Amino acid sequence: MKQAVEKLLRAAPAAGAALLASACDLRHAAVLDPKGPIALAQRDLLFDAFFVMMLVVVPVIVLTLLFAWRYRASNTKATYAPKWAESVRIDTFVWVIPALIVIAVAVLVWRSTHKLDPYRPIASAVPPLEVQVVAQDWKWLFIYPEQGIAVVNQLAFPNGRPVSLRITSDTVMNSFYVPQLAGQIYAMAGMQTRLQILANQPGKFVGRNSMYSGGGFSEQHFEVVSLTPADFEAWVAKARQAPGKLDAAAYTALAAKSRSNPIAYYSAVEPKLFDSIIAKYTHVHAAPGAAPRR
Amino acid sequence: MFGRLTLEALPLYSAIAAGGAAVTVGGALLVAIVITWLGAWRYLWTEWLTSVDHKRIGVMYIVLALIMLLRGFVDAIMMRAQQAMALNSGGYLPPEHFDQIFSSHGTIMIFFMAMPFMTGLVNIIVPLQIGTRDVAFPFLNSLSLWLTASGAGLVMLSLVIGKFSTAGWTGYPPYSGVEANPGVGVDYWIWAILISGVGSTLSGINFIVTILKRRAPGMTLMRMTPFVWTALCASVLMAFAFPALTVACGLLALDRIFGMHFFTNAHGGNMMNYPNLFWIWGHPEVYILILPAFGIFSEVVATFARKSLFGYKSLVYATAAIAILSFTVWLHHFFTMGSSANVNAFFGITTMIIAVPTGVKVFNWLLTMYRGRIDFHPSMMWTIGFMITFVIGGMTGVLLAIPAADFLMHNTTFLVAHFHNMIIPGVLFGYLAGYMYWFPKAFGFELDRKWGLASFWCWLIGFYLAFMPLYILGFKGMPRRMEQYNDPSWQPYLMVAAFGAFVVLLGIASMVMQLYVSIRDRRKTADVSGDPWDGRTLEWATSSPPPAYNFAVLPEVRDREAFLEMKERGVAYRRPAAYEDIHMPKNSMVGVAMGAFAFVLGFAMIWQIWWLAAASGLAMWIAMIARSSDDDSEFKVTAAEVKRIEDARYRALATKTGSRK
Repeated sequence: MKQAVEKLLRAAPAAGAALLASACDLRHAAVLDPKGPIALAQRDLLFDAFFVMMLVVVPVIVLTLLFAWRYRASNTKATYAPKWAESVRIDTFVWVIPALIVIAVAVLVWRSTHKLDPYRPIASAVPPLEVQVVAQDWKWLFIYPEQGIAVVNQLAFPNGRPVSLRITSDTVMNSFYVPQLAGQIYAMAGMQTRLQILANQPGKFVGRNSMYSGGGFSEQHFEVVSLTPADFEAWVAKARQAPGKLDAAAYTALAAKSRSNPIAYYSAVEPKLFDSIIAKYTHVHAAPGAAPRR
Repeated sequence: MFGRLTLEALPLYSAIAAGGAAVTVGGALLVAIVITWLGAWRYLWTEWLTSVDHKRIGVMYIVLALIMLLRGFVDAIMMRAQQAMALNSGGYLPPEHFDQIFSSHGTIMIFFMAMPFMTGLVNIIVPLQIGTRDVAFPFLNSLSLWLTASGAGLVMLSLVIGKFSTAGWTGYPPYSGVEANPGVGVDYWIWAILISGVGSTLSGINFIVTILKRRAPGMTLMRMTPFVWTALCASVLMAFAFPALTVACGLLALDRIFGMHFFTNAHGGNMMNYPNLFWIWGHPEVYILILPAFGIFSEVVATFARKSLFGYKSLVYATAAIAILSFTVWLHHFFTMGSSANVNAFFGITTMIIAVPTGVKVFNWLLTMYRGRIDFHPSMMWTIGFMITFVIGGMTGVLLAIPAADFLMHNTTFLVAHFHNMIIPGVLFGYLAGYMYWFPKAFGFELDRKWGLASFWCWLIGFYLAFMPLYILGFKGMPRRMEQYNDPSWQPYLMVAAFGAFVVLLGIASMVMQLYVSIRDRRKTADVSGDPWDGRTLEWATSSPPPAYNFAVLPEVRDREAFLEMKERGVAYRRPAAYEDIHMPKNSMVGVAMGAFAFVLGFAMIWQIWWLAAASGLAMWIAMIARSSDDDSEFKVTAAEVKRIEDARYRALATKTGSRK
């Protein structure tokens, strides 16, 4: 026993160091280290709810361990009340306290869900940069209608300017996911979803598809680059120099299955390409029902 | 003639897949050889496979569940090993194999491990706890079992002939549609679920009728045990939720076979109708699994704290509230579909409301321990481990129920960690607690405590090691289902998770050892009294194992803790003045036969061998008509025979101690 304790004590510093290292590491975990107001608000929401929940979680864990120890069969000194099974006061307490906590969190949910609705544009003095996103097997295509360019597997934008994304899929369902900036939303063929991004400062981030979509899914990540406005202009200028043009034929070739595509630029894009990708799936028999959210 | 079936269906595309097939075939052959060697085929057929006795059907369900637990766990440890090594490399599994493994792991653990385990426990215990001789429809019970088994058989067969689905256990279209997935994999998944789903629906109906119509005299609804209450609520959910799954899978099958467009990208299909239908079943399913486990915890905590369950009424209302609310939350599985803020907020809030009755239950168990005399039997340890771990999972569930926060963590390993954090402690620990608690009732001897505790500690520690890293990886933005990755900071966590899976393996090995040691020492630990834990409820009033008719004379119930009250009144072991003839249902081979035809039907539909599908469908139909027209479905246990069995029991009771009255 003594030896075991000593052994534990000797191992403790190493374990502590490992724990500390992993705690530092955690501070830079994508979800916990947001780089824009949307992801920041989402993360803070997470923290708020976490601390409210601790009001229940900690007492339950402590009391379970405490009661298990105190009322162990061998402890005959503890009070034993085999028939005590009802108490209106306690019953009221166990219904009302969780209910109050849930009401508090429900208010949080209602407000935050409306505030952070991915369809709601970010309030800003600068007009948002429009980018159209197409999920393909297994890569992402970004179309910049304003600039008339398109990029594969790289989403670049100036920091400080909101980016308004319109997202669809030209294959099975994907989920467009940038944890440090915006969270995620599904990309579905024949439909358009939206997401808003704003980066506070220049930086490079990882974007992924989080919805399993087949063999190349694991390699379907893209680069998200927030640039200074000047750098962004340079980036656009560079893209406009690219030899490739995204006409109908080039698009069909691009849309075919492919893995680990390198970043590629197109200096020109077929007009209304994004709309035609959606229309491809809807023009036959339009599904009846509610009008889609735009 | 053979539809799509050719020699290419053999799994020769990779050595590991071929190995899996060899193990499956070899295992089946080995079992057949051992049975033949023991000369046990006739015994197996007459006493077990064709049995309509609810206790034997329950045991067979649990045997199926434990076998499938092993298969599902092999999948799990293969995935953990792959992800632990797949940094910037393909690991040892190609994507198309890894993808089959995560799909079969989820499918097996939910449909062919958890469901049969739950159905088995309910089958064995509910009729005993309500003081009746069998379920309302004994033959239907046998049919449900064999439909479930044939579904499980199809999943196992996909290892040997063809491939399994790669679309995950949820099978979302359009990926699971015929354009993206023209092979047989998704069809295996669909038909396994369609066939076993019908079995589950029938089981639900059977239990509802049994509980409502077959209770012993004096057992009012508010005298039913918590386990019976939870089984009742779960059965109502089964009967109402499973049809939604059957419809969703059926429509998907129509899309795939007949080129219809329910869920396709184009031609008016709407893929999001599928997740809606799927989760209208899927969320109640969580409660179908977890409510009976809550019932088990309630029984175990009262028995081993030697104290009446605290707040019985609260617990009953909480159970019913959960059952109803479970139908109002399905959309929280896809907040990221792009529905409006009002819709998302509504479903976020309904989800949190479920946390209230669930919290009430936790406090009830806690207060049952308060001022008790706790015996740390393995079943009690599972319960304590559950309470501590489950609140953590509940907390992460509330975090995911906030739509805006869910945008950050949906589809990541955080989600994977969350639902395993609910299902492993909440469901599996509950069933294992029930398994170790009721084992002596089913077999007449106790399970070894030491190995039971070893198993518990390995499972608990293994669980934390395997899933806490996944929470952290979710924060790091790691999507679920990745066959390989390029972020080196993920790998240490995945290695810890793989080590956790290894510790769980030790827990499973301990369970196997426990079974072996207990069978070896069965004479020493024989349960002659029928009441090894000083129990409170009716199942302990009869012998272990109970005679086919359960109770020679139906008990009269005066209290919620019926058997405890009888013991206190001194009438628990009083002999009745006289016995009467008892009518019991006859064994029937029709259940096995219909299950076998269903298996062939599923196989034929998967490979599109139309003549075979028609023939087996017709055979099922004929078997059903034949069974329905069979009026000679009961036999009589004469009063003399009952007296002989009961006399033997009382003699054993007298020699055991003499102290019990």
